[in-house]
Amino acid sequence: MTMLSVRGLHKHFGGVLAVDDVGLELAEGELHAVIGPNGAGKTTLVHLLSGALKPDAGVIVLDGRDVTRLAMHRRVRLGLARSYQITSVFPHFTVLENLALAVQGATGHDDRDRARAELGAVGLGARADDLAGALAHGERRRLELGLALSTGAPLLLLDEPMAGMGPEETARIVDLLSALKRKRTILLVEHDMDAVFRLADRITTLVDGRVIASGTPDEIRRHPEVRRAYLGEDGPR
Amino acid sequence: MRNTLYIPLQPWPTLGVVAVLALLPLAAATLGQPFYVVFATRVLIYALIATSLNLLIGYGGMVSFGHAAFVGAGAYTVAMLMPAGVASAWLLWPAALLAGAGFAFLVGAVSLRTRGVYFIMITLAFAQMAYYLVLSLRVLGSDDGLTLGNRPSLGLVDLNRDTTFYYAALAVLLAALAGMRALLNAPLGRALHGIRDNETRMEAIGFATYRLKLLVFVIAGAAAGLGGGLLVSLNGLVGPNLLNWTQSGVLMIMVILGGAGRLLGGALGAVLLLVVEEAIAEHTIHWPLVIGVVLLAVVLFAPQGLSGLMRRRA
Ligand SMILES: Nc1ncnc2c1ncn2[C@@H]1O[C@H](COP(=O)(O)OP(=O)(O)O)[C@@H](O)[C@H]1O
Ligand SMILES: [Mg+2]
Repeated sequence: MTMLSVRGLHKHFGGVLAVDDVGLELAEGELHAVIGPNGAGKTTLVHLLSGALKPDAGVIVLDGRDVTRLAMHRRVRLGLARSYQITSVFPHFTVLENLALAVQGATGHDDRDRARAELGAVGLGARADDLAGALAHGERRRLELGLALSTGAPLLLLDEPMAGMGPEETARIVDLLSALKRKRTILLVEHDMDAVFRLADRITTLVDGRVIASGTPDEIRRHPEVRRAYLGEDGPR
Repeated sequence: MRNTLYIPLQPWPTLGVVAVLALLPLAAATLGQPFYVVFATRVLIYALIATSLNLLIGYGGMVSFGHAAFVGAGAYTVAMLMPAGVASAWLLWPAALLAGAGFAFLVGAVSLRTRGVYFIMITLAFAQMAYYLVLSLRVLGSDDGLTLGNRPSLGLVDLNRDTTFYYAALAVLLAALAGMRALLNAPLGRALHGIRDNETRMEAIGFATYRLKLLVFVIAGAAAGLGGGLLVSLNGLVGPNLLNWTQSGVLMIMVILGGAGRLLGGALGAVLLLVVEEAIAEHTIHWPLVIGVVLLAVVLFAPQGLSGLMRRRA
């Protein structure tokens, strides 16, 4: 079943076409990676899909429902949540209170047990009562992810969850995402190619706002234009 | 589990302060200074109004520079209804509350679409429009304002007795503070904290932030309107200056002095400002300068205001 279907998405900033005629299909349970060089329009795409930005043209269909003009919070209630490339948490709330707030926002209910379950899932159990503002970088990234998870949304848009992480922290996130696979539908924007090729069912490559290739990891790995524009000739084989 | 945002009830200090406030009219009578009962009543009403502004500035991050307009809406509602034959405070005060809420809904619905400096300017603009409207309307007494003969009646008790009015105002203030504490401790209060902390992320986890802010804006406007209704009932007169931007500024100063984002911040600020004004206004015409210096000192050395200082001691 198709979870998310995007057609003809456009967004420009002044003279820059950040997203240029992008189309995407995400099947339920699929992990779909979006890769591409810096400035390719990946974050803008996430902004458009989540409702943080309105497209100049195009249609976004979530679960058979046109959500193109819907406000961000309405999309969350319909089951689409996102995380941010630049960490965006609630510094004056404790870690557990952060997650409880996300549960409250998405469901309307104050459900601490659910928040506690997500706390374990992102491995922050030991920091439950610490202020989010006091966390180390890697922990803040996991809380960032935890906020999206705690909404309970079946569709997650994750914008570079491993950004700025060391190898150990990255491995943790890869494990976490592997565990999430099949339980949620995930659109994963990521620069770490080892992680992408290990996790993704399908990969879409964006360059200068355009989709230059979309397919299975094997197809993308062999795609000549992708190799030239992004992976480089000595990229993962 | 740690609950950083929960505002606990401190039963003994609370009881102590309430007891002192309850005995204050007695003390004034004993000292032969009955005038102070009316003054103290005015302080209580301003405490209510400043508390409502603190809800916006301190907890909601909505720096409204037009709060006097809602006070004015409540005050002029009472001043219009009383000559028309409405005498009961049970009708007049709820009407003042509704007037404040209604006007806040209109102002908030537009202003809350903006942020930051724009929000400050647009709330100020709305309030100044209301001020000039009142100034220009003959039925509202133009720049002379309106005068009332009697105070409203409140069932069996006689509000024309200053002491009775004092207790009525005290009851309203205590109810408002209890209500605000309940609101802040409820899920709505946590959402409000979240909006102050990171509004964009609040939307990204499913909160209808605009609607939540509008709701809180209307609640604050309602309390300010009620405060205006109480003020005109107490004084028996109201003038357009109650709506002028300087009044909004005074209310903001109260919140900053007392401690923005502290439950008692607005109330403490009102007490501090009005008592200092009362104490030094007869000695020097430069008292606004003194207030200015105090304000500067607070902003520089005690950014959490009087309530912050008191907490540090405790
Ligand atoms: N708010 C904005 N205003 C102007 N230009 C922007 C804005 N956001 C992104 N851009 C531009 O759009 C292009 C795509 O950016 P972005 O989506 O952040 O790329 P990516 O996430 O793939 O690195 C870049 O050229 C960037 O400079
Ligand atoms: Mg990006």
